[in-house]
Amino acid sequence: MRTTARRGLVIATTLTLLLGLTACGADDAPGSGEPVPGVTDTEIVVGTHMPLTGPASAGYSKIAPATKAYFDYVNANGGVHGRKITYKIMDDGYNPATTQQVVRQLVLQDKVFAVINGLGTPTHTGVLDFLHSNRVPDLFVASGSRSWDQPDKYPNTFGFNPDYTVEGKILATHVKSTMPGSKVCFLGQDDDFGRDALVGVEKVLGAGGVTAKQTYVTSNTNVAPQIGAFKEAGCEVVILATVPGFTALSVGTAARLGYRPQWVVSNVGSDHPTLARQLGDAAGLLEGMVGLNYLPMQTDTENPWIQLFNKINTEHNSGAEFDGNTVYGMAVGYLFVQALQAAGKDLTRQSLIEAVRKGGYQGPGVAPLRFSATDHSGYGGGRLTRVTEGKQSFFGPTYETDENDGPVQEYTVAPVTPPANGVPAA
Amino acid sequence: MPTLLRHLLVAAGVGLAVLMVSYQLDSYRNFQLATVAAYLCATAGLTILTGLCGQLSLGHGALMATGAYTVALCQAAFFDRGVTSGLTLIGSLAAAVLVTVVVGLVVGVAAARLRGPYLAGLTLAVAVVVPALTVTLDGVFNGEQGLPVPVAPAPESLGLYFPHERWQLWVAAGTTLLCLVVLANLVRSRYGRLFRAVRDDEVAARLAGIHVARTQVIAFVVSAAGAGLGGALLAVLAQSVSPGAFGLTLSLFLLMAVVIGGLGRLAGAVWGALLLVALPDLTHSLTNLFTLSPAAAQRLEGNLPLAIFGATLIVVMIAAPGGVQGLLSRLTHRLRTRRPVGRS
Repeated sequence: MRTTARRGLVIATTLTLLLGLTACGADDAPGSGEPVPGVTDTEIVVGTHMPLTGPASAGYSKIAPATKAYFDYVNANGGVHGRKITYKIMDDGYNPATTQQVVRQLVLQDKVFAVINGLGTPTHTGVLDFLHSNRVPDLFVASGSRSWDQPDKYPNTFGFNPDYTVEGKILATHVKSTMPGSKVCFLGQDDDFGRDALVGVEKVLGAGGVTAKQTYVTSNTNVAPQIGAFKEAGCEVVILATVPGFTALSVGTAARLGYRPQWVVSNVGSDHPTLARQLGDAAGLLEGMVGLNYLPMQTDTENPWIQLFNKINTEHNSGAEFDGNTVYGMAVGYLFVQALQAAGKDLTRQSLIEAVRKGGYQGPGVAPLRFSATDHSGYGGGRLTRVTEGKQSFFGPTYETDENDGPVQEYTVAPVTPPANGVPAA
Repeated sequence: MPTLLRHLLVAAGVGLAVLMVSYQLDSYRNFQLATVAAYLCATAGLTILTGLCGQLSLGHGALMATGAYTVALCQAAFFDRGVTSGLTLIGSLAAAVLVTVVVGLVVGVAAARLRGPYLAGLTLAVAVVVPALTVTLDGVFNGEQGLPVPVAPAPESLGLYFPHERWQLWVAAGTTLLCLVVLANLVRSRYGRLFRAVRDDEVAARLAGIHVARTQVIAFVVSAAGAGLGGALLAVLAQSVSPGAFGLTLSLFLLMAVVIGGLGRLAGAVWGALLLVALPDLTHSLTNLFTLSPAAAQRLEGNLPLAIFGATLIVVMIAAPGGVQGLLSRLTHRLRTRRPVGRS
């Protein structure tokens, strides 16, 4: 009987010793002269969580390396106020539980200054409270959920993508004006992404304007029932609020069922190179697909931003295949450097948040970025794209709208050109 | 000394050690240790079921999910009614155990009629069905996005800047120690002997007048309660719950962890729980050591833990069939027997 007691004590001591080895430091009670987490005179450490593996990794796994490449380019050009940016990328496999773990590791162990461009609606929703209670700047979340735009509740969180509702309104307006009277159906991810997008679509088409509505979950890679239901209902237009893997899956499944509707796809799931890679030989099915974008098109080699990003991609991203995700990642990097420049040399978490809140940023985007004290959503609109002969390009004007009942209207401010050295000025 | 008193003393000692350790460690390590404590409830329960009673379960991840969702719904209900005291957590945790016991009873009654692969099949089905339910009934469970778990912050009496993670460790470790005391006592009780008798020879047990099916159901319910508590603690730590955290992989990991730790002894469950937390961390540092191309490193990081877990399982099974704890007790035994020889 005594053996149990002894064994228990042995375990306890072993544990104590084991943990004692890894022990480091006691309480860090906040004082006035305390250094800012992740910031030294020569370095700024920031981090992100991304699906580098798992159901949403198709395409998205290229975003963080592109952002890192842009930071490396800035570092090679002297950094920001003499500080180099270190970007820690953590894989969460698009699993909210893993996101919890890796974000805690970033904040508590790696002591990052800010979390930049954490990707995913379901994943990032789970860490909002944690980031808020630790006062970590949570900038440019890679998702268009309206959750990021709650300045009162989450003063340190800012979005990047247009709200899915804004996007849904613009896509539905296009459907309504160019294909009037056609049967419209909707497939959305079963979370805020799909729900917010549907809200936008129904704001324009009316509650009865969508013939069939279906949802999918990323853990089940069979969308045949949903697509079958659309075919059954005779849908001529299908609006997709899907991540790239599921856009490709939907298009492929429809073809197998001998069904060819007009696809109208949310920005996050409509990057042509990503989809074409997924579909392989069947990439031709994407012909005529309508999408939306608010950043310059990767195929537009005349665009000075694309020229700059292409150059950085070759020099700092080992010439990875250049697609919409690359442009996206670098645009995020550019915006963060703009915010750092605006925050000034005396960098604190508060000064960074103040700088973002002040707004007035213009970068590669064709649509307006409208950060303010009361608006923490990202881009406020976008321009429609179409795939013609295997090439995705813009058509029509740029639209902007709000997430409420505001009209969908043209946005006429011309895009700016990048600074000569590719690094935003202070 | 009576068994209960001794177990309580050991628990008090361990509790004191955790308390001191919590002041030595930084926030992230405290959080990791709290996660170990949460997993420990589940691995200890599974050790009793598999190691002591000889039943296999591939569905304990799902039972953890049951506990986790119960805690989420209870805490949300409390907070919606404006009850935000830290004491609500005790009620929610108790509810989580209760609900998991009911689910465990249903599965256990069915499981007591099944043997070997059929039992594995049934529990496997549970592991698949429960997370799927959260997606089907997404009005209640909010699909893959999951639910937030509102938790009261550390009591103000501890100070305004008391690290949240240290408080989490105290809550998790306290609950787990209580759970372990109960389980350890059970192992030493009449029921523990019944479990072992059923495991070693069902026919002999039946001849000795033991109600085999009832014993197996009790073992299943006890281990389900452990899993439910563990899942509930995990949800409280993460302040959110989603089906992704409780997939089939978790069930398999739990089983592998108790096998590697050492079946049949609660101490083995401690090693298993440690392994569950340490392994992903280890592989992350490991992939950072290699100078691989970024793409390859990223792909490795997601898949390496699985591969390493599998490899560890094989190595442990060949080198130390009794698991880590079996190896340790063999070593201590050898040291103890050698000592008199050295003296002479």
